Amino acid sequence: MKLYCLSSDASKPCFVLSFKELLIMLDCGLSAHSVLNFLPLPPVPSTRLASLPNYTPPHVNDPLLEGELKECCGRVFVDSIPEFCPPLDKVVDFSQLDVILISNYTCMMALPFITEETGFKGQVYATEPTLQIGRFYLEELSEWVSSCGSSSGAAKRWKELVHLLPPPLALAARPRAWRRLFSPAALARALSRVRVVGYDERVDIYGALDATAVSSGFCLGSANWVLRSAHEKVAYVSGSSTLTTHPRPINQAALRGADLLVLAALTQTPAHNPDHMLGDLCVHATVTLRAGGSVLCPVYPSGVLYDLLECLSAHLEGAGLAHVPLYVVSPVADSSLAYSNILAEWVSVGKQARVYLPEEPFPHAALVRAGRLKHARSLHDDAFSADFRQPCVVFCGHPSLRFGAAVHLVELWANNPAHAIIFTEPDFPYVEALAPFQPLSMKAFHCPIDTSLNYSQANKLVRELRPRELALPEQYAGGGARPHISADAPTVVVRRGAARSLSVRRRAARATLCGALAARATPRELRAGLRAAPLSAALRVRDARLELVAPPGPAPAPAPRLHWSALDVEALVRALTREGVTEARVEASADGCIVHLPRHDTLVHVERHATHVFCEGRADVRQALRRAIASCLPHI
Amino acid sequence: MPEIKITPLGAGQDVGRSCILLSMGGKNIMLDCGMHMGYNDERRFPDFSYIVPEGPITSQIDCVIISHFHLDHCGALPYMSEMVGYTGPIYMTHPTKAIAPILLEDMRKVAVERKGESNFFTSQMIKDCIKKVTAVTLHQSVMVDNELEIKAYYAGHVLGAAMFWIRVGSQSVVYTGDYNMTPDRHLGAAWIDKCRPDLLISESTYATTIRDSKRCRERDFLKKVHECVEKGGKVLIPVFALGRAQELCILLETYWERMNLKYPVYFALGLTEKANNYYKMFITWTNQKIRKTFVQRNMFDFKHIKPFDKSYIDNPGAMVVFATPGMLHAGLSLNIFKKWAPYEQNMLIMPGFCVQGTVGHKILNGAKKIEFENRQVVEVKMAVEYMSFSAHADAKGIMQLIQYCEPKNVLLVHGEAQKMEFLKDKIEKEFKISCFMPANGETAVINTPTKIPIDVSLRLLKAEAVRYNAQPPDPKRRRVVHGVLCVKDNRLSFLDIDEICDEIGINRHVIRFTSTVRFDDPGSAVKTAEKLKTLLAEKLQGWSITISDGNISVESVLIKVEGDDDNTKSIYVSWTNQDEDLGSYILGLLQSMVQ
Repeated sequence: MKLYCLSSDASKPCFVLSFKELLIMLDCGLSAHSVLNFLPLPPVPSTRLASLPNYTPPHVNDPLLEGELKECCGRVFVDSIPEFCPPLDKVVDFSQLDVILISNYTCMMALPFITEETGFKGQVYATEPTLQIGRFYLEELSEWVSSCGSSSGAAKRWKELVHLLPPPLALAARPRAWRRLFSPAALARALSRVRVVGYDERVDIYGALDATAVSSGFCLGSANWVLRSAHEKVAYVSGSSTLTTHPRPINQAALRGADLLVLAALTQTPAHNPDHMLGDLCVHATVTLRAGGSVLCPVYPSGVLYDLLECLSAHLEGAGLAHVPLYVVSPVADSSLAYSNILAEWVSVGKQARVYLPEEPFPHAALVRAGRLKHARSLHDDAFSADFRQPCVVFCGHPSLRFGAAVHLVELWANNPAHAIIFTEPDFPYVEALAPFQPLSMKAFHCPIDTSLNYSQANKLVRELRPRELALPEQYAGGGARPHISADAPTVVVRRGAARSLSVRRRAARATLCGALAARATPRELRAGLRAAPLSAALRVRDARLELVAPPGPAPAPAPRLHWSALDVEALVRALTREGVTEARVEASADGCIVHLPRHDTLVHVERHATHVFCEGRADVRQALRRAIASCLPHI
Repeated sequence: MPEIKITPLGAGQDVGRSCILLSMGGKNIMLDCGMHMGYNDERRFPDFSYIVPEGPITSQIDCVIISHFHLDHCGALPYMSEMVGYTGPIYMTHPTKAIAPILLEDMRKVAVERKGESNFFTSQMIKDCIKKVTAVTLHQSVMVDNELEIKAYYAGHVLGAAMFWIRVGSQSVVYTGDYNMTPDRHLGAAWIDKCRPDLLISESTYATTIRDSKRCRERDFLKKVHECVEKGGKVLIPVFALGRAQELCILLETYWERMNLKYPVYFALGLTEKANNYYKMFITWTNQKIRKTFVQRNMFDFKHIKPFDKSYIDNPGAMVVFATPGMLHAGLSLNIFKKWAPYEQNMLIMPGFCVQGTVGHKILNGAKKIEFENRQVVEVKMAVEYMSFSAHADAKGIMQLIQYCEPKNVLLVHGEAQKMEFLKDKIEKEFKISCFMPANGETAVINTPTKIPIDVSLRLLKAEAVRYNAQPPDPKRRRVVHGVLCVKDNRLSFLDIDEICDEIGINRHVIRFTSTVRFDDPGSAVKTAEKLKTLLAEKLQGWSITISDGNISVESVLIKVEGDDDNTKSIYVSWTNQDEDLGSYILGLLQSMVQ
């Protein structure tokens, strides 16, 4: 068994596990940090961004670099369509992958990079909410990146000169591997490959393994995967949460006692408690709204958004601000809000109980009916512009502030200190996200809400699960004073591009023995509690499942297959006499003795662990010899 | 041989009161727990005294599985769990768990409050019973205990209807409940993978029907309704609150919209809105089309269909009324029927099956006069139409399901005996598998092949694979493994000889035989060996024969040629004791070749 790591971002993991001649990809996260190096793509042309000065590195005169780089408040940005950092494609041949298992919708964004135009022929498995919400994320991303026009060609020259550029651009990891986002067509093709599974559904992987998605408690439909064969068990824990929020709670029992535990996607903000952050956010929002300012929350179209809507609406109501409108702006806002309310089977028990009344599991449907929550496809929707009033709270993407409606709103509100922007998504450092909008007068708050396991929770979980071996991305391994995962079990550390052998060793395969064949065997006790019998079985292999059946034809008397211990020569001579083979002469030899049967032209070399019969005579003599030897040795 | 035993307590050669006892591998499972709508006495519930003569049945039943919320499948559940006594696990899907208590409560009200029955379960009992239910999702594999596993598949019949696959050890059974193999206006078609169960227990309501195309039936239905209301008639459609009602509502709604009709359409029952809410909430259980479009337009928000009030019964003029219950055995639909039946211009459309003993059943059989308990006699002059909208699989659908899951045996329940007989013949002829149809209280016994799990050593398998792969591919070639069967702690393993020696700590004693054949053949020894190999290959086709450095090996028998050029050669044949058969055969072969 081997584990390959293809992603450098531990919270957007991508592993490949080779086991039983299968290549299994675990998650395909897309690292979007790279987009922070690009200039924002405003949905409406922005004069400020357009008039930023060009940047040329000192002492470089390269006409090809012309116009590729711009400077804003001392930072250099690439003026081009943003690019992403997909999983490494040189380590594993994607066309050889047998299956891709996706744990949750934040870890599947690179799917088209892997399945399209790579010769991929395998299966992709995800839960239904993962597929649907993943589709919202991907479609939103794709619409925003592509709607901003591809007027400017991709800037490439700067990648040759990275070493000459100022940080943080100079520190960009392998910019040459960065890729532009896939086309909507490729996206649709990739999503159509996904096969939907339910929690605790055993998925048969080519007869070799069972894969089961078990609830991980992180978001709607989020799953940890358990791979099981008759003798081995691997647990892949990615994006799990032991906190109580809207999704179904984590199923720990299913992960226990694995031969290998792969741990990924822990919290990205271990220093921030999500509950406190949610409280802070409500307070900041209230203060801003009271002062007549508006609040912008750059968010993804699903996930924590549902909790934000639930908490913030209740909090505003308590603060006497129930009249403040809440807006969700996204190409998929309507679908995302509607969809969340039909996923009764994937939510927590408390929310599920509401369905039995029947009421929607999330309160945002009621907020929409009451007119407090409004959603729009984009900022320039007619209905939305007509209805828009301030102060208000706007939830829109993208959290990186490089594309999407949020770019326009930040541009619009940047100069007014009454407004506030509150960052809740943990994927991007907020200072960097805001860098191209500097100087900025609006208030910026950082309230990251990441419900994934933090280090102490993860350590506790690993202790409870008792894996025989643990595999981690290097970010989570020990080293200095920073928090890390430590376990009693042997730990394998992987980093991007690495392949590590694991200690799981296969010894046996599971088969079924048919009754007729079992009846032929007559096991004898060899030792207390252990019985054995020689057996010849016809092997039938169907769908990689093994069956042992009786070989056709009449059942032969089972021939002894195994003899053991040393041969007593005197007993042999007696036995030979009984068989009618007489005149045996016994001579000592170097490592045993030789029994000579001159009348039958036969020599028997008897050693401690072997008997060699040189038999020139007739077959009946040989049979007599066989019987005689067998009678002197214990056998089955 | 291991057995599977099935005893229907209800639904054996009968429709209604589904309750089937299944026992295999030492586990007893109750499939559905329904009541019979046609009876008002103790016959309406299954005879639980069959399980235990008296007292609670918890100790005898490992789990109860409910396939869907129709009362003939879950109606006796509170009676069994609260009055007879059962505290073990009960499984059903989420929508069934949500909707079943409402229908049970509805039925309880009709029975107790209208008919004044005593000894019936109470509202509290329904609540207590539902608390014992574990909700399952589709395809989730649920381990009831260490040996008993169940898994639900989509059955289509009504919202949340499921088929269940049940496994104990190597034996497995699929119970279909009621299912539907053709998608309708709001539900998808039943689906199951090729799980090859030992037994498929299928419903057979429409065992002999091959229904005409769905579209024709719909057009027919709409035409009849339209004609009737145009003439000023009243149309009564008895339905159950959930299920068929929603489909017919969607149908009428779209027709009224398209034809711009203004005749009032009523849905009688406070449940309507609530029922439609369940459909909205569990939209993942409806069909693809509704799921895709629900964000833009929810199919269950009706514009033309208004709630009904009792005072409307005597309103003049045309109208269409959906009223519960569906078999005209009690409640509002029966009240409306009594008022409207004596008038010719009115029409009754029965969209579903009616069990024996109900008013609906009598009318469908052509009764022109119905006598009620209080000696009231109602003459039936209104037009009566039966339209099979009931979402059951027809004969074609049942055959299709058998094809999907490839069972080794089929058992028919939930149908009428003669019709079952016909289908049984058909199944046995077409699929060459045995088919059973036990009556209530009768036990069917099915023998299944013994399959014992065993761990096979990889060393043994790899050695076999090397030998097998070394030969030219031939899918018919037999693959044989020789080894030692080992029984330890009640677990079987199949090991290589060296492995078993290590396992028990013994030293193997190898017995080898070598014989010499003399052969006059001038030329080098290597040449002679080549010659022998060719000869052997002719005689021993299908065996792996290799040659290296003048040594020939046939499987594990070694042949070595020695001797100077131009001289007699000695051919040594050597084999171990367990290869005696092959060894002596080759020796004989060589000896005959020399002569």
